[in-house]
Amino acid sequence: MRILGLIAGAVFRESVRDRVPYAMVVFAVLLMAASYLIAQMTAGQDMKIIKDLGLAALSLFGLFIAIFIGIGLVSKEVEKKSVFGILSKPISRTQFILGKYAGLVMTLAVNLGVMTIAYYAVLFYMEAVSTPAQQAGWPAPAVDPRLLIAIGLIFAELMLVVALALFFSTFAGPLMAALMTIGLWVAGHFNADLRNFETVVDSAPVVALARALYYVLPNLAPFDVKAAAVHGMPIEMGAVGLTLLYATVYTAILLTAAAAIFRRRDFK
Amino acid sequence: MLMAASITVQAVRDRQWSPFVPPDPTLWLQSGALARRMALGFDNVVADAYWMRAVVYYGGRLRASRGAETSDRPSFELLYPLLDLVTSLDPHFKVAYRFGAIFLAEGYPAGPGRPDQAELLLRRGIERDFGRWEYFHDIGFIHYWWRHDYRTAADWFLKGAAQPGAPEWLKPLAATTLASGGDRNTSRQLWTQLLNSDVEYLKSQAELRLQQLDTMDRIAELTPLLQRFIEREKRTPRSWEEFAAAEGLRTVPTDATGMRFYFDPKVGRIDVSPKSRLWPLPPAPGNSRP
Repeated sequence: MRILGLIAGAVFRESVRDRVPYAMVVFAVLLMAASYLIAQMTAGQDMKIIKDLGLAALSLFGLFIAIFIGIGLVSKEVEKKSVFGILSKPISRTQFILGKYAGLVMTLAVNLGVMTIAYYAVLFYMEAVSTPAQQAGWPAPAVDPRLLIAIGLIFAELMLVVALALFFSTFAGPLMAALMTIGLWVAGHFNADLRNFETVVDSAPVVALARALYYVLPNLAPFDVKAAAVHGMPIEMGAVGLTLLYATVYTAILLTAAAAIFRRRDFK
Repeated sequence: MLMAASITVQAVRDRQWSPFVPPDPTLWLQSGALARRMALGFDNVVADAYWMRAVVYYGGRLRASRGAETSDRPSFELLYPLLDLVTSLDPHFKVAYRFGAIFLAEGYPAGPGRPDQAELLLRRGIERDFGRWEYFHDIGFIHYWWRHDYRTAADWFLKGAAQPGAPEWLKPLAATTLASGGDRNTSRQLWTQLLNSDVEYLKSQAELRLQQLDTMDRIAELTPLLQRFIEREKRTPRSWEEFAAAEGLRTVPTDATGMRFYFDPKVGRIDVSPKSRLWPLPPAPGNSRP
């Protein structure tokens, strides 16, 4: 556990030194501030648009951090040959993979936390400067705790994406790993179509293959409750719990596979 | 220094060349289902972008219509596809259905004059957004205000009254509409209800419509006086001042915003000025205040 903590801490410090997350946080904050200006031409829909833009910024910049740092976690160490130094110490390859994963998740958590604070600050400000008549037209209060559920699920989705990026990073170069991670992220959002393939195709084997892919590929659509949170609609906590459990199980599969591949790799 | 040079070059270029802007821009993506897939979980943000585009499109066309010659007035043909995209991407965007229906039903040249499309958009709202009572009410309104079909309007108000959370005034409104649909006072009652709406834009629409109704009453009062003047003098008045003095009016007649009326001597008809916020007056039901 101590070794995991050391590796995770090193990844966290390294990503902080890279300053990439900082740039993204600043960009996200600027975007949220810009959303205030954009909202001036929305026929009174400023609160909805600020909430939408804020959640999208959190999700998108979190995704960039997850993919572009995640794909280099292992391959960079291999390219720089620093992996030899690390693995010569009493650290198992599984610990190395898990530590790297924990480090990036920690980085993501801090970044998302900062962005969430900035997001709520904008919402709080908007609520403070709005008249009661304007507030009466909002579908949900500005500082709505339901948004935290949406952010929590964004974080869970990003944890899964980090695991994907790390998995590909164990056997592919950064470019290939980035392409495969983005590809699976995109496929993850189309996944629901595979479930009902029989409505467009008659062939039973194709339908069976599509159904199999539906269960094997990551299904990311259930992580998206942004619309429900913004519109103040009820969010089923049972579904949220199962989605979080799904993220945990799928991440465990990816990390196990990543560790297995990494254990078999020959660095000579 | 280089930035200043860049800004200068850009300003000079913009003064001399303006980029080609097609008079009717193309909406490349019109399928809501495809747009949802392409949005990759960012459906709401894409819906917001299209909503802003629809608002700017409508506002721009409306501005271009004001004061333009009839032949130069722009069309509003992209408005429905834009609103359809917005509501396909964000099916719970209540304001897009309600404002969208107002924009679409608005008579040309202040809008496309398509109450059929407005009704279609609201029917989609009923299908996609839990059948909120407001959509039933707004369809009733379209039948009342734009189609003058009071029976259908009353039916929709009744359907709305049966929805969860519907206000108590909706059922009596249906009865009033059925009993005295063509009466301008009923219209006034309808719009007064909307004044209490929690949506800012609907409130301002209600204020505008109430001012238009007051102005229509004012025109209805002035018209017999004008006819009397023409019969007596065998000519139309040379100015509003002359008319006011001859008919014993204390002030020059104005619409509800304080803008002088427009008088067309060829047809002898009083109307609001095209410069007035109230222009053009809708083909509202009813004739006069009792």
